[in-house]
Order: sequence, then structure tokens, then C-alpha cells
Amino acid sequence: MQAIKVNVNGDVRDAMVEPDESLLQFVRERLQLTGTKEGCSTGYCGACTVLVDGEPVNACLFFAVDADRRHVTTVEGLSGSDGTLATLQRCFIEAAALQCGFCTPGMLLAAAALLERTPSPSEHEVRAALSGNICRCTGYQPIIKAVQSAAQALRREGASAPPRTPQRVQARA
Amino acid sequence: MREQELPSVSTATNPDGDARPLTSAVEASSVLRRAPQYPPDKPEGFSVVGKAGPKLDSFTRVTGQDRFADDIFLPNMLFGKMLRSTQAHARILRIDTSKALALPGVVAIVTGADIPVRYGILPSSPDEMVMALDTVRYVGDPIACVVADDELTAEEALALVQVEYEPLPAVMSIDEALRTDLPQLHPNPRRTNNIHKEVHLEFGDVEAGFASADRIFEDEYFFEGTTHAPIEQHAVMAQYGADQKLTLWAATQTPHYLHRIAAAVLGMPASQIRVIAPPVGGGFGGKTEPFAHELAAAFLARKTGRPVKITLTRQEVFYAHRGRHPVRFKLKTGVKADGTITAIHLQSWLDGGAYGSYGVATTYYTGALTTVTYKVPAYKFDGCRVFTNKPPCGPKRGHGTTQPRFALENQLDKIADALGLDAAEYRKRIAVDPNSTTVNGLRVTSCGLRECIDAATERTRYKEKRGKLARGRGIGLAASSYLCGAGLPIYWNAMPQSGAIVKVDRGGGVTVLSGTSECGQGSTSMLAAIIAETLGVDPSDVSVCYGDTDLTPVDLGSYSSRVTFMAGNAARDAASKARHLIAQSAAERFGVGPDRVGFAGRRVFDLGNRERSMTFIEAAQLAEARWGTIACVGSYTPPKLAAEYKGSGVGPSPAYSYSAAVAEVAVDLETGEITVEKITLAHDVGRCINATNVEGQIEGGVYMGLGEALMEEWPFRAGEHKIPNLLDYKTPTSLDTPPIEAIIVETDDKEGPFGAKEAGQGPLNPVIPAIANAVADAIRARIHSTPITPEKVLKAMDAASGTTLRLKKVTTPSKPSPVPV
Repeated sequence: MQAIKVNVNGDVRDAMVEPDESLLQFVRERLQLTGTKEGCSTGYCGACTVLVDGEPVNACLFFAVDADRRHVTTVEGLSGSDGTLATLQRCFIEAAALQCGFCTPGMLLAAAALLERTPSPSEHEVRAALSGNICRCTGYQPIIKAVQSAAQALRREGASAPPRTPQRVQARA
Repeated sequence: MREQELPSVSTATNPDGDARPLTSAVEASSVLRRAPQYPPDKPEGFSVVGKAGPKLDSFTRVTGQDRFADDIFLPNMLFGKMLRSTQAHARILRIDTSKALALPGVVAIVTGADIPVRYGILPSSPDEMVMALDTVRYVGDPIACVVADDELTAEEALALVQVEYEPLPAVMSIDEALRTDLPQLHPNPRRTNNIHKEVHLEFGDVEAGFASADRIFEDEYFFEGTTHAPIEQHAVMAQYGADQKLTLWAATQTPHYLHRIAAAVLGMPASQIRVIAPPVGGGFGGKTEPFAHELAAAFLARKTGRPVKITLTRQEVFYAHRGRHPVRFKLKTGVKADGTITAIHLQSWLDGGAYGSYGVATTYYTGALTTVTYKVPAYKFDGCRVFTNKPPCGPKRGHGTTQPRFALENQLDKIADALGLDAAEYRKRIAVDPNSTTVNGLRVTSCGLRECIDAATERTRYKEKRGKLARGRGIGLAASSYLCGAGLPIYWNAMPQSGAIVKVDRGGGVTVLSGTSECGQGSTSMLAAIIAETLGVDPSDVSVCYGDTDLTPVDLGSYSSRVTFMAGNAARDAASKARHLIAQSAAERFGVGPDRVGFAGRRVFDLGNRERSMTFIEAAQLAEARWGTIACVGSYTPPKLAAEYKGSGVGPSPAYSYSAAVAEVAVDLETGEITVEKITLAHDVGRCINATNVEGQIEGGVYMGLGEALMEEWPFRAGEHKIPNLLDYKTPTSLDTPPIEAIIVETDDKEGPFGAKEAGQGPLNPVIPAIANAVADAIRARIHSTPITPEKVLKAMDAASGTTLRLKKVTTPSKPSPVPV
């Protein structure tokens, strides 16, 4: 077992983990943050996507020990501490960007990372950024629309307020 | 009452000072309204049905708050893992679990001998066991199940179980299964080969039909097997309490069937078993029957007294399978010079994999719906399903009707071209008529097939483009139909197919209990919308309790596209009874007859004078004071539809949905690469309950069809699935999926809830042949097998130009069609 200190969604968590424990097991089983899903355990489907220091990673392939002293954002960390939905989440609902919802947490985080580095993505940029996340329900079209309308809304909001993730998380650490 | 006399209620605000927003006030743009907006049984007009609105469960989905089966953790729980066969076909001589049992942390191990009970989802083919008793029939067939304190230990223990096999020759193809010199997977003294099921049906005078034909077209086709690949891997949590009650939380589309079969396999009264279906992370037909891991978890929870969770790995999901059957077809169609069909003879050979699953039904379905789309006066169908040493095939979206649709629509284009007919006008001319009966006795009621063809072809300017685009560009059309639930249940019984309980709370909330399973298709939102429409409340006021055999009345499950039609009708029945009670007490207050009471916008009012009204809460309390607790039951039983012949139980449905798809493609003539640029799909949904959901089902069906048309394969080498992972098993990504335009056509089905029909499966069916027809238009050559790969494109072009013949011709088994036994 190895001691790690990870900032998860703004909370600093101290834990003892197995050296071969994945970040996915760590968040799901140790922290009981079950919003992050396992779809294949081999990095092909993207369902387990979380952000590590703002970058999307497949949590199934990422060792928990490598998250030591870093910031991890899971789907539970997207909405505000008062439960207010993030713009991206709201846009996913409005665009009907989910059906079964199992790929949704990973999709949301992949999209959040995209919007962080590319505030005005083209449709192709959105499609490319999400191409590692498989959705078997929607045909992707509403997801692309949701991300684009979130980009638009965030740009509007950005004019008056600083962006929230992952800077918000880092600020609290 | 004329429409203009009625004030609009669709954008009702918060009449009783309720701060909650109404969630269903958006008009949908994609709907071609053909259905009346003020039907006799809905004099106040629609305020919820037909609108677009978010899925009710999407709020908890985007926050990760929902608990799918694998998200459930219980104190003191164990983790289970299944040992699976490494042999395609072998006798098991010995299983030694002693070393595995000795591993610290291992709590129990069971093998087939511990649960020697045969079962099967269809009562006609009980050929499965939880774990192999003496024979394994495919790589991945379960042999033993280990439970341990943690997952890693369970996995380590699997490696310590020693299995001694005596390999048997493996049967790996339809041709091999028809041979008489290979061992039978399931001993059957009446046969010498591995045929599982044969169907031979003939309707009308087929011989005369072909004799009167001006032209006869005969082609052979192959539809490749595919799998569902839901992103959620199958999972179950089993708990056996000190009260000797078993609870199963399972990722299942059919909690009722799991309930029934768990009782039989475990030898427990069903009254002591509770099956709960949490939200399912995608099903598409792949979670419609009880699985070995579910029954093993239940058995081990009872054996150990501790909760047991088993979540399949992705590789195991490929082994659990029950995916689309690979099917070979011989299709013979006789037509008059003007294209009128005189007779069809369809032969199908299905590769069933190792077990029965739904395969008997699938076999029938490869032939049953041939007649529901176009007029066929004489029809002969021979179907044959075989056992092979592969994971068992079963139902996937479009169940058994997707494969023949590829053949039929492909050949129809060929016929149109040979006869010089416009392929769209031709299809419309031979389309079945509403309110007609097919030659095999299927009752067609509402039918918007011609409207769908018009909508899709006009939108894409199909007629201007087909055959006129530059080489390398193509446009293709195909149409299809699908069931709105099978007319008969899979096990014979005279009970309803769906039941519902609707309870009205004095606080204005409404709860519905329904045995459905929510797998993303939107059954929860559909039920809420139907109840909200009936009682004039908002869908967000409705709480849907689903898939819990202790709480919810039986619904047969989320398969067969039956939920909107059947569970929707049951819910509407229950809600209508509650409405009647509330209307009666409100009418007394208003001093009018109960027929004059309307419900909308969380208000109950006098239809003759809307000023005279009260809030829904007031009305609910008035009713409760008058009648006692307002809780009503409803149920739905389809009308008797089956004709009088053996096998007539498969095919009848209370209604059929219709679809037409147009695909536009670009083909790189150098590399053969196909780019689908757009798919336009018009779907006759009867009446759309929630436009957002219907569009979502259409787009999802198109997407899934796209993968099957272009890339999905089910290859085996040396008895083993070659690609049981999500990288090599190719499904379309966001970069592969083109824009999809959904057009909703309404026909107002007389028996559907508010006129609704299905949207979950039908829209997939025409997509694959539409793409095939578009590719044929682009390369001036036809490809007779799926998936349509660049390699096949190049070979087909070569063959058409007569240069080299590299495309292997699709053939059907050389043996004559089997004769009835």
C-alpha cells in the first residue's frame, strides 16, 4: 500500500492505495464516487474519463498513485457546491445529449477539457475531441450540439465571470 | 368542438403559484402532424403529448447520481468471477477447485454440478445451464464461479481452478452445422446434424404466383453477425437475507423473466425473490434474458449469506453476446412487367451459436415481417437455425427482421432498375395499405409507409439525384416496418402483457408503478408524459417507479418495441380511471357532467367555462375526500391476432411502425473508402409522445445501423472470437457518424396510447439497405453482404467492369432446403 494525497473535486483526500490500483477503482470503490463508469477497462471506450490537472485521462489506465498531489475532477465535481448544474450539464439536458447516460460522465469531462483549451471549437474539433468516447445510444449528434451550445453560453458567461473548471478546483486546493 | 374555440393550454404557467417549471412546453419542429390535436377523448387538446422536452432522468444522469447495477456496494459484499471455457467444444473430464479454494480470501466456488437445472428464455428451448455440467460449447462458456473478499483474489482463484478437457471437433459455420459427420452440440436423436429449428410456411398459391410472373429475380445475401456493445457491462448484485429472501439488482431489460427463471433455477418460490432493475446502461436487446452470472450470483449469495456482485468484463460481454444472428439468404421474387410482386420465396439460414436463446423466435422473424411492408400475394418461407460453437446469438434491435430487410430492399432496387422504374415511386405503388391483412394473416392497421417515403425522398431530392450523380457519389432509399410489441407473450399465459398502478397524492404528485426497465430508451419519460397528459399535470409531477418485482405490476420487459404501446396503454388505463374519479368529484363541485371536466396545466376546469376551475391539488383532495385513496390499476392485453397455423404466434403485433431512410454517400473509387454524408429517416410513430425521445430513438437507430452497414463484424479463428474488445470490434465514433435528420410522421394509431407506436427498433432496419443502395448507386455495382467494406467495394467494381473477379460470390448452403421433420 502506498499513501497518496489527491485533490478530488476540491476536497483533499488522503488514502492508502495498492500500487496497481487504478484511478477508476480509487474513485469508485474507495471514494464511492460512482458517477465515473467502467465500460471496458482497456482505455477503448472512454466511459471512465476524468480530468487530472485539467487533462482528460482514462481512469481505468491511470494508476491511483500517479494522481498523488494532483487535481482530479470527476462528474460529481462538475456542478456547483450548491448543486447548481454546470453550463455543460445543463446543455446536455437541453440538447437531449444522453439516453442511457452511461457514457455521459466521461463525455462531459472530455467536453469540459475541450472547452477549457478551445473555447470556440468547430464541429470537427468537438467530434475529434470526443472520438475516444463511445456512445451507443445517441448517434453523437445531440452531444455535439450540446457541447457547441455550452461553448456559446460559456463565452457569454466568460465575458462577466472567470471560467470555473478546473481553475476553481485548483484555487481551493 | 372546433379547434379555434379552445384557448391554448400548452404553455400553461404556474396557476397555483407553484414555482416548479413546466418541463414540456417546447414545440417540436421535426413532426409532420397527421393526427388530430383535439381527439374525442382529449377534448382539452394536448398539453404534454407531442411536445419536445428533456428526459426526466437526465438531471440525475449528468451529475452521476444514478446507481446502475455495478454502482451498488453493500456491506460485507463478495466479488464473483466466472471461469470460462478456453475450448470451443469439449467434454469436461475433471474440474479441480481445491487449490483455488485454498487461496486466502476465497469464500466459495461452485460448478455446474451444483446447479444442474436446465433453463432457457423460451420454454421451447431449455438448453442452458448456469455453468457447464459436462460439455462446453463455446470459448467463454461458464464453467465455475468463484466468490472472494475482493475482485483481484477472485481473479487469481480462477487461474488456480484446473479443468481437464477432452476436445471435440468444433462446428464453426452454417455449412459445418449442416454436416452429419460432426458431433451434435445438443444431442438430438431426431437429427444427424446441428439444425436447431426449421420453419416451413407457405401462404397463397406460390407456384401460380411465380408462373404468372414476367420476371423472376433470384439473389443470395449474407448478413454478418453483430453485437450490441452497450457501454455498461452486464452487472448483478445479489443479496440473501436472514429472512430467506433474495434480492437481485440486475442490469436487465426483462426483470420479470429473470424473476421467473431465478425461481425455477434456484428452486425458490418466486414470492421470496425480488428483482430490481436499476437504470440500464444500454441494452439494445442484449440484456433481455437471464444470464449465467445473474443466477450464479444469486446462488452464491444464498450459499454464503453474503451479498455477491458480479460485473462482467468487456471480453465476457462479448461472450455473453445474444447478438444479431449471421444469416444467409436465398431470395426469389416474381414480378409483373410493372413491378407488381406475384410471389416471394425466402430461405434463411441462421448461425445461432451454442444455445437457443430467443433463436426460435428469431428464425420466424427472418420471414414473418416480409409481407408487412409491400404487398405480397403469395409467400413461401423456409427458415433454418443451426447450432455452432460460438457465443449464443439472440435478439438485437430489429430482432431477426433487420437481416432480411437488407436482402429485400437490395433486391427491390435491382428490380426497379431492371424494369426501368423509379425506385421510390415503385415502393410507394407496392406499399401495403392501411387497414389490410397480409397473405400470412398479419393485421395491418395504421400505416404511414408512403408518407415516410415521400418525406425522406422529398427532403433529400432523391428522385433528382438517384442514378444522376457523378460516379463515386450515390443516394439510396430503403423502407421497412417493425412490431409494436409481440402479440403473444414468450410463455403462454392469458394474463395482461403489462400492468400499471397510478396513485394520486393529495399533494398533487402522481406516482406510477410499472414493471418496465429504463435502458435509455425513455420509458420513464414516456410513462410520465402519458400520465401527465391524462391528468393535466406536468411530467415533472409524475414519479415513475419501475422494474421492481415487489412493487411494480408485471410488464414483460423492455424488448420487442412493446413498452410505449403496452406499458403506455396500461398506464393510460390506470390514469384514466384516476381521472374519472377526480372528474366526477370536480363535476359535482362545478355543477356539470363529468364529461365537461378538462385537465391541463395543473388545473381542473369546466370545459364549457374555463374560468370555473380549481388547481389539480384541490381536485385531488376533493376526490380523495369523496372516494378515499386515489390509486387505480390498469392493464394492457393485446387483441387476439394470431392466425390458425403453427408458427403464427410470431409476427402478429397490435400495430406496425413504418420507416423510410435515404442515405447519401461518397465512395473513394481508388481506395473503396465509403463516407456516409447524411442519413435522412422518416418514421411513422403513430403519434409522438415526446418528440425529443422519438428523435433520439431515430438517430440512435440510424447510428447503430451505420455501424452494421459499414464496419461491425463477428469473426472467429481457431474456434475463438477474434476481436472481443471495443477497439477491434469497430463501432462508429463521433468522427464516423454523419449528420442524421429525423422526420417524425404521425398516423394516429387507433389502439396505441394517444395514437402512439414504437420508435426504438424500426428506424434501424432501413438504414443498412439504404446505405447498400447508395453505394450501389455510387459504384454501379451491388454488394450482397454486410459489412460493406472498402475491400468489397473495390472487388465489386472490378467484377462489374469485368476486369478481375476478386469478389467472392455470396452463396447459400449447397444442400437443398431442409425438409420438415
